[in-house]
Amino acid sequence: MALMALREQLDGLVNSMFLEGLLDDQFEQLQMLQDESSPGFIAELITLFCGDSERILAELTKLLDQAVVDYQKVDAFVHQLKGSSSSVGAQHVKLACVQFRQFCEEHNKEGCLGALNVVKHEYYLLRGKFDTMLQLVDVNPHTEEGQPEGQVASHVVQHLQDPYQQNGVKLYRMPETGGIWIL
Amino acid sequence: MSSPRGPKACGGGAADRQIHVLAVDDSSVDRAVIARLLRSSKYRVTTVDSGKKALELLGLQEPNVNMIITDYWMPEMTGFELLKIVKESSALREIPVVIMSSENVPNRINRCLEEGAEDFLLKPVRPSDVARLCNRMR
Repeated sequence: MALMALREQLDGLVNSMFLEGLLDDQFEQLQMLQDESSPGFIAELITLFCGDSERILAELTKLLDQAVVDYQKVDAFVHQLKGSSSSVGAQHVKLACVQFRQFCEEHNKEGCLGALNVVKHEYYLLRGKFDTMLQLVDVNPHTEEGQPEGQVASHVVQHLQDPYQQNGVKLYRMPETGGIWIL
Repeated sequence: MSSPRGPKACGGGAADRQIHVLAVDDSSVDRAVIARLLRSSKYRVTTVDSGKKALELLGLQEPNVNMIITDYWMPEMTGFELLKIVKESSALREIPVVIMSSENVPNRINRCLEEGAEDFLLKPVRPSDVARLCNRMR
C-alpha cells in the first residue's frame, strides 16, 4: 500500500536524523505530545522554529557586517537561537550556538563569522530534512482505495478533522480541499 | 505519531473547573511547547509574549488564573520582575509563579525562590516537569 510506504519513509527519515544527531531526545518527547487533539503540533513547531531561526540568522549577518560589532546584541540573538533549538531538539544547531557564544564573549570577530557560517550550515541542513518531513501527499478524495496521485504539496495544516484508520495508518481529512494527510 | 502519554495522577480537571495557566515567554517556539505540554495535561492555557501583557491580563476583572509560568529572560520585563510585582500585589500574590530558564545559575534560582517562586524549571521543559507542577496549582 503506497501510504504505508510513505509512512515508512517518514519514520526512516526521522530515525536517521536521530542517529546523525541532528535531533535529540527533546524532539522525541515532543513527538509523543502530538495526538488526535493536536495533529498539527509538530508541523506548527517546525514552522515556528524555521521562521524564528531565519529571522535571527538575518539579524546576525547584519550585525557582524558592521565595522564595529555590538557583541551584546549578537550574543542576545545567539542566546535566543540556542534556546529555541534546544526547545525543539535541534541538537547540532544548539551546539553550534554554544560555540558561537564563546567567540562572542571573546569579542572575536573572525571567530564569530566562522561560527555564524557553521550555524547556518547546520540550520539549512536541518531545514532541508524538516521540509521533507512536512511534505504532504495530496490524495484525490474520490480515487478508489485512496491511491496517491503522486502530487506533492507542502504547507502547515492547522485544523484537521475526522481522523480515520486505513491499513493501520492514521489519515486526516483537510476540510478545505478534502485532501488527506498521513500522520 | 505515537500514542499520547501524560501524568495520570492529576490534570486540568473537568471542563467547568478547568485549571487555567498563564504562560509568559517571548519565544514563539517556547510558547508553543509549553502550551502543548500543559494542554496535554488538560490545563486551559493562555500564552502571552511579555510581562506587560501578563499583567494586563491579570488586571482584568476575573482572570481566573491558577498558575503563572514565566520565562526568566525577557526584554523589557524579566520573569523575576514579573514575579516581584505579582507577589507584591494583594490581589495576585496567592497565585503560584513558576520560573523557566535555559541557564542553570544557582544564584538566580535562589533569588527567585526567595522572592516567592513556587518552582524553577530548566529548559527545555519536558512532560515530567509539568507533571511535577500539578500539586502546586492554587
